[in-house]
Amino acid sequence: MQHTLNRWPARLDLLQSLSGLLLVLFIWGHMFFESSILLGKDAMLWVTKMFEGEHLFGQPYPLLVSAAAAIVFLLIALHALLALRKFPASYRQYQRLNQHVGSIRHLDTTLWVVQVITGFLLFFLASVHLLVVMVQPDNIGPYASSDRIWSGRFWILYAFLLLVVHVHAGIGIYRLAMKWGPFSAATSGLWRGRIKLTVYCIVAFYLCLGTASLVTYMRIGAEHAPYAGERYDPAIHGAAR
Amino acid sequence: MNTIPVRQQRTLNINVLRHNPHDPESTPRMQAFEVEEADAMTLFVALNLIREEQDPSLQFDFVCRAGICGSCGMIINGRPGLACRTLTRDLPDTITLAPLPGFELIADLSVNTGKWMRGMAERLETWVHAEGLEQLDLDVMEAPMEPALAQQLYELERCIECGCCIAACGTAQMREDFAGAVGLNQITRFRLDPRDQRSDADFYQLVGDDSGVFGCMTLLGCEDMCPKDLPLATQIAFLRRRMVAT
Repeated sequence: MQHTLNRWPARLDLLQSLSGLLLVLFIWGHMFFESSILLGKDAMLWVTKMFEGEHLFGQPYPLLVSAAAAIVFLLIALHALLALRKFPASYRQYQRLNQHVGSIRHLDTTLWVVQVITGFLLFFLASVHLLVVMVQPDNIGPYASSDRIWSGRFWILYAFLLLVVHVHAGIGIYRLAMKWGPFSAATSGLWRGRIKLTVYCIVAFYLCLGTASLVTYMRIGAEHAPYAGERYDPAIHGAAR
Repeated sequence: MNTIPVRQQRTLNINVLRHNPHDPESTPRMQAFEVEEADAMTLFVALNLIREEQDPSLQFDFVCRAGICGSCGMIINGRPGLACRTLTRDLPDTITLAPLPGFELIADLSVNTGKWMRGMAERLETWVHAEGLEQLDLDVMEAPMEPALAQQLYELERCIECGCCIAACGTAQMREDFAGAVGLNQITRFRLDPRDQRSDADFYQLVGDDSGVFGCMTLLGCEDMCPKDLPLATQIAFLRRRMVAT
């Protein structure tokens, strides 16, 4: 066998996993930053300024936020493109998968279908969210975000996105661990159980954290609704917090 | 006082998907049978009772009755398993049996796994590749092998090619050209074998695409439903890492 190897199938498989891993790490980190509102409006403002580079450059550059969102968007596009290869591609494949999943009653197989559905939903939900961040990077802050969420009714999008993205990320990271994990045959089952339990806990934690912060944004947004559009200024609003 | 609990004997309702594709008048249909359950009864015993006492035309395969030949794989209440290794006491009163999907149907519960396995073996070249095998003197003592390695090979060699991993795999059900856990397990088995002189690049040529190891979506049906409890998930993960590093 002296043919040159076509390494693309290996590269594509690795890239799909790596892009997925990066996106999971991003969303898990992102949750901590966006939930800074739970520590107060000033904490959220500090995080906003940090991402705009104000602490580093002395003045805010919202374009940095747009650039970060664009990178995440490209990463999602790459991941989606690679993951699409695995989607059922014809009616016959859909039919056979549907029949298989229905008859076999196997959790990990069913979870894959959940991943396909949540992945498909993320094409739309994540795109809308990222587009808003990309085109309105300066519209992020304790009042700006709260107004968008409540007065702009974006809470509908974020509530769906929260659930869908964490279910997708949780299943994805579990599958990644089983796909590449160097477990021995003897301990593989044990690790599988441990990882599954850990992922359940992580997903539950992030859903609670995300719900708490979303409700907080909604509450602030509702209170601030008469002044929607006004920006948070610690000097003016800080004392009344 | 007799304290041994006596189990109430059940009447099992066994529904079998019947069809003979070689009979032009046959159409797929479910046929119900009733069987009195006995202690330690396996599905294999129940099916034989049906064939002996109720319907001699019922077709299903078996050879060893001990989970070694891999002939009696079938779908038992939606999941693949070996009839000879399945105790009826572990099943509900109503049992539905169907042939393994993904294989050529011979008739009723009998499928041609042999044809599929041969095709897979020829495609993946699952035999020892070495120079000078033709000149090998079979009377000479074989080179010794480390017991740990021999044990590892033996562990993977326990595969009986029953086809349950193919029936349990969503990928194999969707994509007919997928080698499945049985094929990928055999590649790792020959990769481990010091008598096989093939390199990782050679193995990559055989399984380095979406019909091979990169087609596996880690649904883990194979691992969970292998009647021989083979470590299929770890073998596929190992092969994936090796093939990416090639």
